[in-house]
Amino acid sequence: MLEVKNLHAGIEGKPILKGIDLSVKPGEVHAIMGPNGSGKSTFAQVLAGHPTYEVTDGSVVFDGEDLLDMDADERALAGLFLAFQYPVAIRGVTNAYFLQSAVNAQRKARGEEELDTLEFAEQLEAKLEYLGWDDRLIHRAVNDGFSGGEKKRNEIIQFATLEPKLALLDETDSGLDIDAVKAVAEAVNKFRSPERSFVIVTHYERILNYITPDHVHVLAGGKVVMSGDMKLALELEAKGYDWITNGAAVG
Amino acid sequence: MSTAAAPKSVAVELKEAAAPYVEAFESLPANGNGEEPAWLQARRGAAMARFAEAGFPASQQEEWRSTDLKAIARTKFEYPSSSRSVPASIEGWVLGTSRRWIAVFVDGHFQPDLSDLEGLPAGVRVGSLSDGLREDPGAVEPHLGKHAVDTYNPLAALNTGFLHDGGLLMVPRETVLEREVEFLYLTSQVSGDVAPVTHPRNLYVVDASAQATVRESYVGPDDSVYWTNSVTETVIGENASLHVYRMQREGSAAYHTAATHSVQERNSNYSFITFTFGAAMSRHDIRAVLNGEGADATLDGLSMLRSRQHTDYHTILEHASPKCTSWEYFNGVFDDRSRGVFTGRIIVQPGAQKTDSKQTNNNLLLSPDARADSQPQLEIYADDVRCTHGATLGPIDDEHLFYLQSRGLNAEAARDLMTYGFGSEILQAVKSEELRAALDGLVHDWLHQRAAAHT
Repeated sequence: MLEVKNLHAGIEGKPILKGIDLSVKPGEVHAIMGPNGSGKSTFAQVLAGHPTYEVTDGSVVFDGEDLLDMDADERALAGLFLAFQYPVAIRGVTNAYFLQSAVNAQRKARGEEELDTLEFAEQLEAKLEYLGWDDRLIHRAVNDGFSGGEKKRNEIIQFATLEPKLALLDETDSGLDIDAVKAVAEAVNKFRSPERSFVIVTHYERILNYITPDHVHVLAGGKVVMSGDMKLALELEAKGYDWITNGAAVG
Repeated sequence: MSTAAAPKSVAVELKEAAAPYVEAFESLPANGNGEEPAWLQARRGAAMARFAEAGFPASQQEEWRSTDLKAIARTKFEYPSSSRSVPASIEGWVLGTSRRWIAVFVDGHFQPDLSDLEGLPAGVRVGSLSDGLREDPGAVEPHLGKHAVDTYNPLAALNTGFLHDGGLLMVPRETVLEREVEFLYLTSQVSGDVAPVTHPRNLYVVDASAQATVRESYVGPDDSVYWTNSVTETVIGENASLHVYRMQREGSAAYHTAATHSVQERNSNYSFITFTFGAAMSRHDIRAVLNGEGADATLDGLSMLRSRQHTDYHTILEHASPKCTSWEYFNGVFDDRSRGVFTGRIIVQPGAQKTDSKQTNNNLLLSPDARADSQPQLEIYADDVRCTHGATLGPIDDEHLFYLQSRGLNAEAARDLMTYGFGSEILQAVKSEELRAALDGLVHDWLHQRAAAHT
């Protein structure tokens, strides 16, 4: 599904990612953990195609295609989704209208007929029902005046509507209380399948209690310094990051 | 020729450009024919004297530094003595299909055959100001020319001088109009080398506890040089409510200048939403005076311009009484080499305590050659008030583009969606669902035309 090899990237000549390797197979859930400044959010943004970051070395193959050769929208149409840590507000555009535009861009790219407003509304309603969420965010402008929790929930609604092959969740749990973390995790679990993969970027182990990862990687200094399973996440929760980052600094 | 003398000569030229208008005024058939009340003749004459004294304002004057009136001053305009060509129908010029009372003016003259004023409730007057002046001058006299302040606006004085017709709305106390009212101003196809100018004059008087909704539409043919110089005076009584939607969709070579002045009494509610899509050059002065405790005013605006279009909004919200609220929200979208100017003055008079006022002006620049200027001006003479203002200016933010692109929209679609949002944000304040849908269509049309022009 995703093969990242020796990925180097930075911003304005300053290197941030210094050789990341990661292999994600269909259906797998990977957690990327790490302290602040380790490069984990940069990694998510680089994969999604943020134009500010410059990739200086390495390769990323997504579903058999060269991901780095695609613009952000092409990556999305190829089945990649990034749930943003800080979703921006799109004033004057309702969620419903935005989602319809996104779904129709996808359908157009696949050569399918675009959905009209009514058809889309039915589809969206069914999706919300499946999530068990009400439609109160749907007719508001995208993220405009949303609370932190509402923004994260809105990212999940977009994820559920676009049904990507690979979802990157960038600190979707940060700033959420425990009930909200559970709600987000439950929603994600509903969309786990043998074909769909997840990369969960997080500072804390908390969300992983609800979405059990197959693999856990620790990022420090722009590199994966350790990989393991859920036990590693629990160890990090108990011991903090210092014992690893100190080691990384030496290595 | 010395360069230092050049600006002065333009100022002189603009002042002297008043002469042909003064001459035309003196030969107006309405002058001295005895059909018109003496008070109206006096007000006309005084206003024309003010225009003659001031001339066309030059850009050296602070209030006019962003809008150059040379092009208007140098064009030979004539006031058509009658409608030159009256269309068989106004279809295509009006937005939406809802049943409403509508008064149509072609080249400044009322057209009863194109209007629909059937079934007005007793005591309500909707229609031609000229008819109102003839039939009930006593009702008009206390208001006409009393609320439009033309100190900085000689063009408003010019309008008063040539005042002939326009929309008259008089709603007696406790009357709620169940249909909307529309005043439509159409300039007909221009032929020959003399460009027409019209001076639409609206007067809206909504008495205590009455409610009404008005649409003002200004339209005309593309590629014809003409000038619309309108003035609207509005009086809103205690506990009364008035919504006004103003749609400026003039032709692409037109000039449009306007003054909209309102006075509100205690606990009244006024919302004025103005849309600028048309005209090569437009300038609109809005002055809303909150003159009774607890009055509330909303001024919203949306401008969407392209090519070399220019628009200049000067708004004044004057809090003259305590506990009044005012909300101002103007969005502008500027493409190609177009330009938008927004000057928003908030005046809080001594004693207008507990004033709550918020002003927002957002400008989206879709081209590196587009330009917008935004200037808040606060004049606060009371101490217990809350006045906030904010302005944004610039191209679409990269983070927003990335967010939309990460959902599969290409760069152009992402830009369109953001631009649509700028328009749509103002449309949400339009209460009439049918009008909102029609305006939504105009925003989409604008985006489609933009896409077509850029491919």
